Amino acid sequence: MENDMTNKKDNNRRKFLKLGLMSSVTAVTGASLLANLASEEELKSSGEKIRLLTPDGKVVEVDADNINNYPEAHITPAESRKGIPNRSFVMVIDLAKCKNARNCVESCQKAHKLDHHEEFMKVQLIQDNEEGSPYWFPKPCFHCDEPPCVTVCPTGATFKRDDGIVLIDNDRCIGCKFCITSCPYSARQFNWGHKAKYDDTSQPYSPETSVPAAEGTVMKCDFCPDLLREGKLPHCAKACPMGVIYFGDKNEDIVTNGEETVRFSELIKDRAGYRHLEHLGTKPNVYYLPAVNRQFPLERGFDVEEEILERYKDVPEVQEFKNQNKTEL
Amino acid sequence: MDVDIVSRKRELVKEFSPMLGKSTPFSKISIGLLVLIILIGLVAFVLQVLKGHEITGMRDNVVWGIYIINFIFFVCLSYSGAFISGILHFFKTPWKNSVSRIVEIITVLSLIIGPIFILLCIGRLDRLHYLFIYPRIQSPITWDIIAIITDLIGCFIYLYLTFIPDLAMLRDNSEGASNWRRKLYKFLAIGYQDTLTQRETLHKITRTMSAMIIVLAIVAYTVLAWIFSLTLQPGWNSTIFAPYFIIAGLYSGVGVIIISMYIIRKYFKLDHYIRKIHFIGAGIVLLVISLLFGYFTFSEYFSRWFSHKVQDINLLNTLFNKYFWEFIFANYIGVLVPIAILFFKKFRTIKSITFAAVIAVLGLWLNRYLIVVPTLETPYIPIQDTRPEFIHYSATWIEWALSFAGIAAFILFFILIMRLVPIIPMSGIIDYEREQKKHPKALTQNRKK
Repeated sequence: MENDMTNKKDNNRRKFLKLGLMSSVTAVTGASLLANLASEEELKSSGEKIRLLTPDGKVVEVDADNINNYPEAHITPAESRKGIPNRSFVMVIDLAKCKNARNCVESCQKAHKLDHHEEFMKVQLIQDNEEGSPYWFPKPCFHCDEPPCVTVCPTGATFKRDDGIVLIDNDRCIGCKFCITSCPYSARQFNWGHKAKYDDTSQPYSPETSVPAAEGTVMKCDFCPDLLREGKLPHCAKACPMGVIYFGDKNEDIVTNGEETVRFSELIKDRAGYRHLEHLGTKPNVYYLPAVNRQFPLERGFDVEEEILERYKDVPEVQEFKNQNKTEL
Repeated sequence: MDVDIVSRKRELVKEFSPMLGKSTPFSKISIGLLVLIILIGLVAFVLQVLKGHEITGMRDNVVWGIYIINFIFFVCLSYSGAFISGILHFFKTPWKNSVSRIVEIITVLSLIIGPIFILLCIGRLDRLHYLFIYPRIQSPITWDIIAIITDLIGCFIYLYLTFIPDLAMLRDNSEGASNWRRKLYKFLAIGYQDTLTQRETLHKITRTMSAMIIVLAIVAYTVLAWIFSLTLQPGWNSTIFAPYFIIAGLYSGVGVIIISMYIIRKYFKLDHYIRKIHFIGAGIVLLVISLLFGYFTFSEYFSRWFSHKVQDINLLNTLFNKYFWEFIFANYIGVLVPIAILFFKKFRTIKSITFAAVIAVLGLWLNRYLIVVPTLETPYIPIQDTRPEFIHYSATWIEWALSFAGIAAFILFFILIMRLVPIIPMSGIIDYEREQKKHPKALTQNRKK
C-alpha cells in the first residue's frame, strides 16, 4: 500500500481515479455527480436506488433523490451555509514554482466578474528578511479554521461551513467592515461605490459564486464552491500554467494541481509545508511550500504591466531591476 | 421655613428665567451658523448615501476613517461624563452643583451624537435592522450595541431625574412664560411637589442611578476598547486598551467640561456660580488624568518599541515617519503641555486651565486618529498597490463636513437644552441652602470668597 502511493507517477489509472476527488462519487454513467446532501429535512426516499462507484473503488447504493443531477444548479444563500458534506477543503501553494504569471489572478477576476484592481487572489512579492531572496506569494483567502472575520461579524453574514470554507452572504452583510479590520491577511475587499455590473441579474446571486457583488458589502476569495460541487478545481488552480496551486480534501488526504495528484500529508511533510503567520493562531487552510530549488528566477515575474511592477517598488530587487532597465534603454 | 423656600424658589426662577429666554443678536447668529454647518453636513450625508462610500477617503486598507474616530471620541466623552457625574453625585462632592448639569448634558448629547458616526461608517444603512433580526452575540459589535443602548437609556433616566425638581420649580413659577412652555413643564415635572417624602425618594433614586451609571460607563468603555483590542492588528491587540480607553475618555471628558464651563460662564455671566475654585478643581482632576494618560500612552508604545516585533516596528515606523508631527502633538504636546500648566500653582488661572483643556481635547482626538489610521495602513501583509488612496488615508470634505456637523449639533442641542432648564440646578441651590441651615458650620465652597 505504501509503495503504491509513492509510485503515483507510474500509476496512471490510479491518478485518473483520484482526479475525480472533488466529487464524492464518480458516477457509473460517467456524469460527475455529487451527492448534494444539502439538508436533512429535504431528504426523502424515492425508493429508487442508484449504484455508484466511489473513488476508492467501492460500489455503493444511493437513493436517487439524494443525487444532485444538476451540479451547476443555483445554490441559494441558505443552502450555501451548509457546505459540501464530508469535505475539508485545503489548498497548497508551491512557492518554488510561482513566476508571477498572474493567470490565477486573471481567471479568478473573469469568473467572479471583478474589475482590474479587484483581486481575490493577489500575488505579493515577499521578502522575509534582508538576506533572504524575495519570492512570489499568491495569496487567496486562507479560509481559517479559527476565522477572526467570522467571530466579529454582527449579523452572521460571513460564516464558516462544515467543509472548511468561509463564505460571505452579501444579502446579509450590513457593511460594517469589522471583518476587514480583523482579518490579519487583508483578504477582504469592500465595494465602495455602485457599479453597473451589480445590476446584472442574469445570474441569481449565490454566496458560492460571489456574483453579482453588491454595493456597500464585503467580498473575498470563496474557493469556488460552485466548481467544487461539480468536481472541478477552483479557477486559480485550474488556470495556473506552472501547477503552483494544489487543491484537495484533507479528509481524503489528497490534493491535485490538475496534472499531478499527491497525498496532502506527505506533500506537507516532504516539502516542509507551512502556513503563513502561523503564530496568529487562525489555523489557515492554505499551506505554502517554501520557495527552495526554484524553477524560475525571480526576474521572470517582472515581465508584467508597468502598473503591476510598480506595486512591488518597495522591494530592493525591483528597484535594481528598474534602474538596470533604465540604463539599458 | 416652607414659606421661605417657596419665595426663594421664586427668586431663583426669576434670576435664571432670562437665561431661558435670552435671545441676543449674537445668539441668533451663532444658532444660524450652527444650523448652516449641520445643513452642509446633511448635504454631505445625502451625497454619501447616493454615491456610496466611494466619496469618502476610506478604502480597502483603511476601512475605518475619521467617522470611527469621532465615534470613539464622542462615546468616550459621554462615558466620562457619566462617570464624573456619577462620582459627583454618589460622593456628594461639595462643589458639584454648579457643574453637575453641564456634565449630565454632555453625557447625554455625546451619547446621541457618537453612534450617528458609526452609522456613517456602515455600508448598507438600509439593512441596519439585520443587527436585530440576525444578531450574533459573539460579535463585539453586538456587545457594543447592547452597551450603548443600555447606557443611553440609563443616562436619559438619570438626566431626567436630575431635571425633575427644577422642572417643578419652573412649573410653579412660570406666570410670564408662554403657554407651550408651561404645558411642557407641567407634563415633564410629573406632579413633583417637593414634599419631604418625594424629595427623599428622588434623592434615593438619583443616588442609585448615579452608582449604576458609573458601572455602566466602565462596561461600555471596555466594550468599545475591545472592538479594537480583540482583533489581531498589531496596534490594537493590547491588553491595556480597556483601561487606556477609560483614562483617555476621562481626559477628553474633563477637557470638554472645562471648555464648556468657560464658555457658559462667559456667555451667561455666571461668575457667581461657576467660580475659579471649580476650574482649579477640574484642573487638578485633569492633571491627575493627564499623568495617568501619559503613563498609559508611554507604556503602550514603550513595550512595543522595546520588544520590537516586526509588525510593531513597522507600525512605529509609520508613526514616526508619516505621522511624526501628529504623534508629537498628540502624545507629547497633548500630554506634557497640560501637565506643565496644571502642575504649577501660579499657572492655574481660569484662562490657562481652559487652554490646557483645549490642548488636551485636540491632542486626544489626534491620539485616537493615530490609534485607528496608521494601524490600518500597516497590515501584516504589506500593502502592494499603486493607487495612492488605497495606501494612505486622507479624509475628504464629505467626512470633514459630517464631523463638523456632529460638533455643531452637539453645541446646538446644548444651547437648546439650556433654553429649557437653567444650566445651574436651582434645586441644588435650595438643597445646599437647606443643608446650611441645618448645619450652619459646614464649610463648603460657597463660603470661600
